[in-house]
Amino acid sequence: MYPFSYHRPTSVRKAATMLEKAEDPKLLAGGHTLLPTMKQRLAAPSDLVDLSGVEGMDAIEVKGRTLHVGAMARHADVAASEVVQEAIPALAGLAGGIGDPHVRARGTIGGSVANNDPNADYPAACLGLGATIVTNKRKIPADDFFVGMFETALEDGEIITKVTFPIPRKAGYAKFPNPASRYALVGVFASKRGKEIRVAVTGAAPCVFRASDMEEALAARFAPKSLEGVSIADDDLNSDIHASAAYRAHLVGVMARRAVAAA
Amino acid sequence: MPTVSMTVNGQAVSADVDARTLLVEYVREHLRLTGTHVGCDTSQCGACVVHLNGRAVKSCTTLAAQCEGAEVTTIEGLANGDDLHPMQEAFRENHGLQCGFCTPGMIMAAVDIVNRHGNDVDEQTIREELEGNLCRCTGYHNIVKSISAGAESMGS
Ligand SMILES: Cc1cc2nc3c(=O)[nH]c(=O)nc-3n(C[C@H](O)[C@H](O)[C@H](O)COP(=O)(O)OP(=O)(O)OC[C@H]3O[C@@H](n4cnc5c(N)ncnc54)[C@H](O)[C@@H]3O)c2cc1C
Ligand code: FES
Ligand code: FES
Repeated sequence: MYPFSYHRPTSVRKAATMLEKAEDPKLLAGGHTLLPTMKQRLAAPSDLVDLSGVEGMDAIEVKGRTLHVGAMARHADVAASEVVQEAIPALAGLAGGIGDPHVRARGTIGGSVANNDPNADYPAACLGLGATIVTNKRKIPADDFFVGMFETALEDGEIITKVTFPIPRKAGYAKFPNPASRYALVGVFASKRGKEIRVAVTGAAPCVFRASDMEEALAARFAPKSLEGVSIADDDLNSDIHASAAYRAHLVGVMARRAVAAA
Repeated sequence: MPTVSMTVNGQAVSADVDARTLLVEYVREHLRLTGTHVGCDTSQCGACVVHLNGRAVKSCTTLAAQCEGAEVTTIEGLANGDDLHPMQEAFRENHGLQCGFCTPGMIMAAVDIVNRHGNDVDEQTIREELEGNLCRCTGYHNIVKSISAGAESMGS
């Protein structure tokens, strides 16, 4: 790691001021993406602004028909939360399937969403549930948030404070984990809320996306059978040492059917 | 240099450290508690697992500065004097180690598994929960056996 200054502010406002003043700062949440990246010297921030000192930023609560998850909520907290298990069990299950127990004890939803790793799990839940990413400046719908590979709509100095999820009638997540890393080789999150049907795919392409053909197919009936014969084109899918584009396209179909079956 | 103060194995400790200092470096090099190992240094192997405020974490992926005010337990903090912790005893009894390099992390992870899943945690759960701990020697069978036995004796 290259040298940096470390700060632990006690409020989001103070954190924002620190981000403004520092030369090339970065927020630090669980550190389970950022610290490994810094060790490899792929990131060299001048300052780390640690959000763990901000009181209440890990709160999890239901308000009306919406689940609010604080940006600093750790994966393990979300997985074990009775509030989440009750409101959106598929989200608790997703959090409980990230990495391993030690990663889940540190990693946060805010960090995962801000990082927008093409193989991460949370982006699928955000897009698949029509979540809103709330920052210290504005509210960003998930549909506008995940812009590209490791790219989001966040501006410099913008801090995610929480993610809000409208509670669906049905939701399911199915993931085919990379056997070594546990990240999603392909993960599909499917949900139904009123007439709105969402199918979000992670791991398959450079960025999480919605499978609109599948959403249409599920509109008639939200059941795995409705997806029979619906495939997705592999033209824009990733091909790498882990899986070819054709194999990923196949897995999207399998995972989508499993997600709907689980919902 | 930030000053970090925390409680390690029940003792208050404090030091001025470079902000880059990892928790595992702080524990091994400043406190000379070398039971915690560094296997991969890339967050994969779990040899460096310690308990931070009661939760098993990878100390190679945590800054010492992030642990300001925290309670840390390392493998050295488990035994009660000469009496091994039941989980340590179970690893010895069940041949849960060969070279022993992964063992401190395995045992810290094992105690955390029992804390979260209880004394009658089943084998399948133990295997799933060991996702973040690699062993290059044992083939895991005896580790799983040790954890089952340790879980039971932790309850008695
Ligand atoms: C061994 C291992 C296995 C893993 N497996 C999986 C897996 O299966 N699935 C999966 O999805 N992920 C996986 N991860 C990633 C893990 O979930 C990370 O914790 C997560 O991606 C990043 O969250 P963090 O809190 O650690 O963020 P950090 O590493 O602290 O930060 C990541 C980035 O987000 C920014 N950031 C953090 N918080 C905020 C905020 N509130 N507002 C704005 N920007 C912010 C930081 O500046 C940084 O750029 C794995 C990680 C490891 C080490
Ligand atoms: S040394 Fe920390 S996970 Fe391997
Ligand atoms: S006993 Fe040798 S690595 Fe596990």
